[in-house]
Amino acid sequence: MTRPRNYQTEAVIIKKTKLGEADRILTLYTPDLGKIQAVAKGVRRPRSKMAGHLELLTHSQVSLARGRNLDTVTGSQTIDGFLPLKGDLELTSCALYLAELTEQFTADHDENRPLFELLLKTMHRLCQDTDRELTLRYFELHLLDLTGYRPQLGRCTACSQALKPETNFFSPCAGGVLCPGCQPTQPAAHPLSLDALKVLRWLQDSEAEDFGRLKVSRPLSREMETLMRACLRYLLEREVRSTAWRDTLREQAAPRQVAEEEGEG
Amino acid sequence: MNQEPTPPTDAVSGLIQALNRLPGVGPKSAQRLAFHLLRASDEETRLLAEAIMSLKQKTKLCSVCLNVTGTDPCRICSNEQRDRTKICIVEQPQDILALEHTGVYYGRYHVLHGAISPTEGVGAGDVRIRELMARLGDGSVTEVILATNTNLEGEQTALYLNKLITPLGIRVTRLARGLPFGTELEYADDVTLTRALEGRQEL
Repeated sequence: MTRPRNYQTEAVIIKKTKLGEADRILTLYTPDLGKIQAVAKGVRRPRSKMAGHLELLTHSQVSLARGRNLDTVTGSQTIDGFLPLKGDLELTSCALYLAELTEQFTADHDENRPLFELLLKTMHRLCQDTDRELTLRYFELHLLDLTGYRPQLGRCTACSQALKPETNFFSPCAGGVLCPGCQPTQPAAHPLSLDALKVLRWLQDSEAEDFGRLKVSRPLSREMETLMRACLRYLLEREVRSTAWRDTLREQAAPRQVAEEEGEG
Repeated sequence: MNQEPTPPTDAVSGLIQALNRLPGVGPKSAQRLAFHLLRASDEETRLLAEAIMSLKQKTKLCSVCLNVTGTDPCRICSNEQRDRTKICIVEQPQDILALEHTGVYYGRYHVLHGAISPTEGVGAGDVRIRELMARLGDGSVTEVILATNTNLEGEQTALYLNKLITPLGIRVTRLARGLPFGTELEYADDVTLTRALEGRQEL
């Protein structure tokens, strides 16, 4: 089958690297073609017509021409520039984190429309005023689900017994939860509180629309973040780079948050 | 695919390889340059070699603004005519050249040598923010102009610096973002147009 020389697709720009003097290689996440890379010529020049439509974290309609090696972007039109997100330091760091995870967990040309929709939906969700951490946990769990790494949270991964309402253990390399009886077989398991297990399970099975009402305390939120981070690190075999930046921002915000918490108490 | 034919001598092939590593120079250009130099006069090649040698030996970073300079402090920082109360923050030394070319800015500069890019692992500690904060400590600076690039990394860096500097009671401004001179409106993207509308001015 001959493929057309020019084609169009929707895409979210999830990564960019410089190429030569004024060009860039973009990594695009698309609904029907999965992750693709393309050369955008001249986008680092100030008068580029395409540059603004091809910035990171932009949802665009992109026209491409097939090349021998990499395809070339011939035109682009923004669908959603996610302006509220880009004007906010913390939100941008969250969205970059989504982009990096998407980039890391997918292979080129591996179509995954639900993942594309998950990415867009999560970015829109970040623009709204919701619990950012829960939004990120929701994304992580569903990303793992859609890429074939769904953590098993219902039963013990070793003995397959239903989990009792007590402190269980979470093991990234076992791919889910271990009951206290099986925990000694996996030394690298993290304790998992009952509340965290409940929230993670619920996020894993819920649709994005309905978790806005959920309220989670800060320690619980931190616990789930630590667990998911361990899980992602195990699967990627490295740290997710943008987490370091999110940590920096959070450390600076820390004094303020402590003050707020004291005020609440 | 055929292999590249081996050049006649080690000296030539060494030069070709070295030139090939330069940005924008492919194997064919490198070959052409090498053979051009081979035919060039001794004087010409010597001047080129000296220019390259002195590039590293005679330049350093200005201890004040971190610009690339031959003298320390650099010409801009040691110029008493320039406004000490304003610092313009740029990502790289080339940006100073562009701004100086306009001839309308009389303050000083600070070069960050990069921009925060979380996905590439470039955090706040990897660009020269600490040096900047040290400069702002003595209270002589009243305005900081953020002239980082208008892409996502530059914006992130600007937002971050704003967060750090505003509490010091220093005025923080950002270069206007809008339509570049000589472009057509219909090709402008949403971000640019939004900013251009927000920042509109009376004629």
